[in-house]
Amino acid sequence: MNFKINTLPDDQGHFGKYGGRFVPETLMPALNDLEHAYMKLKHDSTFQRELQELLRDYAGRPTPLYFAKRLSEKYDKAKIYLKREDLCHTGAHKINNTIGQILLAKHLGKTRIIAETGAGQHGVATATVAAKMGLKCIVYMGTEDMERQAINVKRMELLGAEVRPVNAGTGTLKDAINEALRDWVTNVHDTFYVIGSVVGPHPYPMIVRDFQSVIGKETRQQILEREKRLPNYLVACVGGGSNSLGLFYEFLNDDVKMIGVEAAGFGISTGKHAATLSAGSPGVLHGSYSYVLQDDDGQITPAHSVSAGLDYPGVGPEHSYLKDTGRVQYVSVTDDEALNAGLELTRIEGILPALESAHALAYLKQLMPKTPNDEIVVVNLSGRGEKDLTTIMKSVDKH
Amino acid sequence: MSFVQNLKCNNHKALSLFVTVGYPTLETTIPLVVELASAGADIIELGIPFSDPIADGPTIQISSETALRNGVTLKKTLDIAEEIRKQSQVPLVLMGYANPIYAFGLSRFLDRCTNIGIDGVIIPDLALEESDEYRRLAQERNISTIFLAAPTTPDERLKQLDDASTGFLYCVSITGVTGERKGIADQAEEFLYRARKCVKKNPLLVGFGISTPEDAKHLGKLSDGVIIGSAFIKALRNASKAHVIERAVEFVKPFRLALDSAE
Repeated sequence: MNFKINTLPDDQGHFGKYGGRFVPETLMPALNDLEHAYMKLKHDSTFQRELQELLRDYAGRPTPLYFAKRLSEKYDKAKIYLKREDLCHTGAHKINNTIGQILLAKHLGKTRIIAETGAGQHGVATATVAAKMGLKCIVYMGTEDMERQAINVKRMELLGAEVRPVNAGTGTLKDAINEALRDWVTNVHDTFYVIGSVVGPHPYPMIVRDFQSVIGKETRQQILEREKRLPNYLVACVGGGSNSLGLFYEFLNDDVKMIGVEAAGFGISTGKHAATLSAGSPGVLHGSYSYVLQDDDGQITPAHSVSAGLDYPGVGPEHSYLKDTGRVQYVSVTDDEALNAGLELTRIEGILPALESAHALAYLKQLMPKTPNDEIVVVNLSGRGEKDLTTIMKSVDKH
Repeated sequence: MSFVQNLKCNNHKALSLFVTVGYPTLETTIPLVVELASAGADIIELGIPFSDPIADGPTIQISSETALRNGVTLKKTLDIAEEIRKQSQVPLVLMGYANPIYAFGLSRFLDRCTNIGIDGVIIPDLALEESDEYRRLAQERNISTIFLAAPTTPDERLKQLDDASTGFLYCVSITGVTGERKGIADQAEEFLYRARKCVKKNPLLVGFGISTPEDAKHLGKLSDGVIIGSAFIKALRNASKAHVIERAVEFVKPFRLALDSAE
């Protein structure tokens, strides 16, 4: 590749034609402040030292890169490694980003933290770090998600956060983001909005990606130590797209194939899915220009996935760019395929994955038969599945 | 000369009413707008409903949801505007979020606006930085582009927004979403003084949170006019089906009087 694909966004926050800032004017100065503060702190050694220490001692990094021997033997093809983000404190990769953003909030002198959450993992990670830093924390969560991720609601409350139910629209992640944005518009003077994925107006997609890129940095080092070579494939699930971009980003200029796995829900043809890149079209949602699920009139259409963390009709703008350039291949798997893949990993490796991560695992069924034995596949195991026990048990009982 | 400067010439304070198209019903919008104009509204903002209105409080959110359920689309909004234009020469400004307009196509949308005789467009989530192409296309067609300015907007940026706006500058009274609030006039005062100093080209209309004729009078003195949205929508919501238009006219009259006394 002649041009470095990993130098984006440009100074207006664009990844090709995607990204940018589509927000009410009230927020523009805050976004500018955030961008300036971030660009300065990115190269500030004190900030970076503080971040690294927290990632190591608090989040539990580096996370292992685990050779899944029995899963690999099942296919008897390429070797499968799992990047164990499920072993992070609070149970998912989300904390990499919340530590970074709440440090930023402190540097900006903000005293009130708000966040949205879908599966509850980002909400828990935000509430956790806010508790540790002694900051007031409010988490917006759709009422439907509160029901299916009830354990995470309790966890956030125990951590001292206030969980505000969002009834509007579909009562899921999309509506929680709307409500968090409205809160931010109203309280921007003392409030920092910790966005949980590589979505939203510039500079958020860049900031979240940078904080999550620790996943790929470690993976690169670990695989080079173990195998003395880079992997052939990286596989990760894509909702908003933070765990996948966190894994992919460090490898964008290498000869490594990357596959983002979206949620096909009941199947793309049923219309009940969350496969934004596979079946959506470009539009404006939550402050940036990117692929969205929309009808002919430009109204955002509800997504569906068994996994609350993927149940989102948008996706990060950098993913839209990586799709259009062909650098990353985006595919999708259904609810049932994901549930089965999650159960399989639990039984043969003793690892219960989050339903989000189970989507990435489910794609192995299609990918593995095509891989030669001397190749390496790395799957990002972005989170653990305890939060999904109710959903998983319902499905086990049904079958 | 822009449609607002026309108003300003006569030292007249503009009264702009925000109407969600298709709320409370599809049939009411056309007679509602025509009657509002007769009752003293100087500008009508036709709100294009959107599924994810991030700058709006509960009242306008609910009106948007109702309108969408009533089958309103951008295409239907334009058809209704066309019909209004046949019956009234009141200045019409479309207000809607970026996505439906992008999905329709910018040129196609602005061409329709030109043919209908729309005066201006407000896109609350189209930031100045993202607006180059839109502004060029709108300018070619002589459609006013109206930006919002907020109390958080620094002086330098107020000047840039003034430069880029071609109808009026929409001053957001408070840091927040749309919706009625108490004591709005006092909170907005400082920002309007500052805006007056920085903004040279465009008239200033102030909106968000204005709910009483007293607010309107107070803010009218500090600006070139006021915009009423949520308080008006709420009045429509509380009116019985048969009396929506009556209620709307009743609602507008005291605001007109208050503004006339602010001149």
